[in-house]
Amino acid sequence: MNRYPLWKNLLVLGVVVFGAILALPNIFGDDPALQVSREDGQAVPEFTLSAIRSVLEEENINYIAADFEENAVLVRFDNVPMQLQASGVLREALDFYIVALTLAPRTPAWLRAMGLKPMSLGLDLRGGVHFLYQVDLETATQQYLGTYVADLNTQFREKRLRARATPEQTFITVQVQREEDRGAVSEIINELNNTTGINSPLGQADSVIIDETIIEGQPSYEIRLSESQIRTRQDFAIQQNTTTLRNRVNELGVAEPIVQRQGINRIVVQLPGVQDPAQAERILGATATLEIRLVDWENDAFEAQRRNRPPLNSILREQRDGTPVLLRREIVASGDQLVDATSGYSQGQPAVFIRLDAQGGQRMLEATQANLRRPMAVVYIEEKPELVERRGEQVLRTVREETVINVATIQGVFSSNFQITGLSPFEAQNLAPILRAGALAAPIVKVEERTIGPSLGQDNIEMGRNAVMIGFLLVVAFMLIYYRVFGLAANFALFANLILIVALLSLLQASLTLPGIAGIVLTVGMAVDANVLIFERIREELANGNSPQASIRAGYEKAFSTIADANVTTFIAALVLFMFGTGPIKGFAITLSLGILTSMFTAIIGTRAIINLIYGSRQVERLAIGGGTP
Amino acid sequence: MQLFVKVPDFDFMSGRRIAVLLSCVIIFFSLGSVGTRGLNLGVDFTGGVLLEVGYSGAANLTDVRNALADAGYDTALVQNFGSANDVLIRLPPSGDEEEGTVVRDRVLDTLREYDSSVLLRRIEFVGPQVGEELTEQGGLAMLFALILIFAYVMLRFNRKFAAGTITALVHDVIVVIGVFSFFELSFDLSVLAALLATIGYSLNDTIVVFDRIRENFRIVRRGTAEKIVNASINQMLARTLITSFTTLIVLSALYIWGGQAVNGFAGALMIGVIVGTYSSIYVACTVALALKVSPADLLPAKRQEIDDMP
Repeated sequence: MNRYPLWKNLLVLGVVVFGAILALPNIFGDDPALQVSREDGQAVPEFTLSAIRSVLEEENINYIAADFEENAVLVRFDNVPMQLQASGVLREALDFYIVALTLAPRTPAWLRAMGLKPMSLGLDLRGGVHFLYQVDLETATQQYLGTYVADLNTQFREKRLRARATPEQTFITVQVQREEDRGAVSEIINELNNTTGINSPLGQADSVIIDETIIEGQPSYEIRLSESQIRTRQDFAIQQNTTTLRNRVNELGVAEPIVQRQGINRIVVQLPGVQDPAQAERILGATATLEIRLVDWENDAFEAQRRNRPPLNSILREQRDGTPVLLRREIVASGDQLVDATSGYSQGQPAVFIRLDAQGGQRMLEATQANLRRPMAVVYIEEKPELVERRGEQVLRTVREETVINVATIQGVFSSNFQITGLSPFEAQNLAPILRAGALAAPIVKVEERTIGPSLGQDNIEMGRNAVMIGFLLVVAFMLIYYRVFGLAANFALFANLILIVALLSLLQASLTLPGIAGIVLTVGMAVDANVLIFERIREELANGNSPQASIRAGYEKAFSTIADANVTTFIAALVLFMFGTGPIKGFAITLSLGILTSMFTAIIGTRAIINLIYGSRQVERLAIGGGTP
Repeated sequence: MQLFVKVPDFDFMSGRRIAVLLSCVIIFFSLGSVGTRGLNLGVDFTGGVLLEVGYSGAANLTDVRNALADAGYDTALVQNFGSANDVLIRLPPSGDEEEGTVVRDRVLDTLREYDSSVLLRRIEFVGPQVGEELTEQGGLAMLFALILIFAYVMLRFNRKFAAGTITALVHDVIVVIGVFSFFELSFDLSVLAALLATIGYSLNDTIVVFDRIRENFRIVRRGTAEKIVNASINQMLARTLITSFTTLIVLSALYIWGGQAVNGFAGALMIGVIVGTYSSIYVACTVALALKVSPADLLPAKRQEIDDMP
């Protein structure tokens, strides 16, 4: 007799039912949707929802539903073209709002209440943009060294020491020009380790390494960052860049974005639903800040431009139309003091409204009081990373572009709050989020980009689903014809296997990609293998003249070690793929290894349970396993 | 229905000299093709920019090419992709990473100027550095997988079986790469995944046959190793063919209905399954026999009880 104890049957049933519940959210599908949220992240007010509804109705765009979801409004549509049309209309109609394309699962409320979610779809299935950025860590440490230089020189000056610090590529040199200052200089340098030392798990580590040398016959010091300090700085740089990029992504208003570190010096950014990579990149890649300076109106800018020499205490800059402007050297306020920036309209003109912190406000107040009716300029500073060839090597360099975006006469005294005009609506909308998001700690350069249009994503989903279904049905038909009742058991197992894979993917929230679907398809093909092995073995045992019951038992038992060996080795291959692979390969490895695990369960224990229920508890003359067995 | 009414008795192993010759020739040509023609590596490996765009009607490739050439991209590769409406444009790496962005925007602008209805379906930009890393990672992954598999098979069987397994796997990888090189098929990331899946599949097949050989070595104490190996292959033949068949069914479904994006994957794996099935019989078993594998190798059969655990 072949019978499973009750607990084993219950276990099989339990696992399958549990899997089915976990997989349930996936059958409801998604609606193409728009997520409308406020630029400043505040909750969307009631009247905006009614505005959205009336705008869509006016334009005759059918929508399924428009409701609040957390702080945003979610508008669902029947199809992608409708969604795209609506997104254009709503973007036009709503100022200060971010309209993001997304997919909204139709999961019913009771399932959502249980915390169950459908599988998350990868970018290749839902459309979107994927960027991989490389962070220039060398520059980050150099910049940090630069702060030491300024600090040291200030101290030397204050203490009237004849010494000078100059930055080199990876270290600072301090030249002592007067022998008797040497002790004092050395003290200041050594102080660096006390004031800026870092706390490592091993205790206080030295942050700099100081070597004595002689440069141009003068006693000198070479200061370089210690290994632990360099690592800490680089970690900081990556962390800060990740945070900054995340802020910028939030400014883009993308539903479910991913911003995370990858490897030592890379950051991956995934923006589902974003269609225009160029626009996304303008906001992600740019490092922009503002400076506010007084205009030097006493000298002739054109004259300075012709002679290519600005007067003392002034700097020469250009407006966007190329007109030269002379600016006073001292900065009234800068981007560090910026608290908020929003775009909008002022007297019909596109404008960016700026708010400064207390210190910046105070400086503005003083400057505007003293310079009423005189011109003031807003300088827009953009830093872009650029790769240049240097000594046969590709080197990252940051290019600083300064443009005067606005020169205006100071009409009244103001402090913390003011506005910048003279921009196009498009510029105003782009500038505000860039200013808000702050600066990057180290330059980044894009090393990879993948954009999938929403229509292709939709196509990929449909084709993937079709391929899985057709492949599945063909295999099921074959198994039924070839192995009869046993084939039926195998087919149940195959179906359960599919459910379990989907359940695990939903549970892990690992995103399903097209290669992932390929992995599932392959598992379907290979899951059958275990059953083929078992059933062929049973046929063999029957052919050897064993009784049906003994053949079933022997078939399962003898095939087990083969199945285990075969699956373990394939699992090893999948595991290696997972460890070494990135992106698409990883997606394939995940579904393949999950599939191997679930198929071991369903094909061995699952089919045995079914076969036992059918044949186990009775005297059997012959088995319906196909073929010419007695 | 039954593939073989009784266990077949094909004499596989007597033909193994011819098979070895055949394999050597194929491998020679594969390596020769890779050496002379190289591989048609995709953007994933070489770096560069790839754009897939869709038009509302059939696209005129010559016009697209001319428009791009006017904009200074005369090296652009323009071809249909999937349907007459879809166009794939590939630009070689420029060497300057930042330029990828500029190229993308300019190409898109050029295309929009030519026909404003153009719909962006996909962009891939890969920096040369990332491409290099991928090649390195792919090779490393393969090497690592082979080492781990060798170790596992050595542990579960013995050195000779492990050598046979690894030879078969290397054989399969070379042949699949050779086919891609010879027919100048695009070798991209998904093909790399398929190559690794081929390793998994072929391995599966080889292990199943070896498992039966091991079992027969323990039961059948008489007869030459060659006879036992041959009998084992025959006993497993129905299973080998059925599993290859079902896997090929699913892969065909993927190839036909899965869309362009998984075409390379499905195609490569189909070749891999066929080559893998062949190699598990002829390459793996031949190598094991050449190394004089014999029942004596497995005599201290102390692992028996563990092996047969249900």
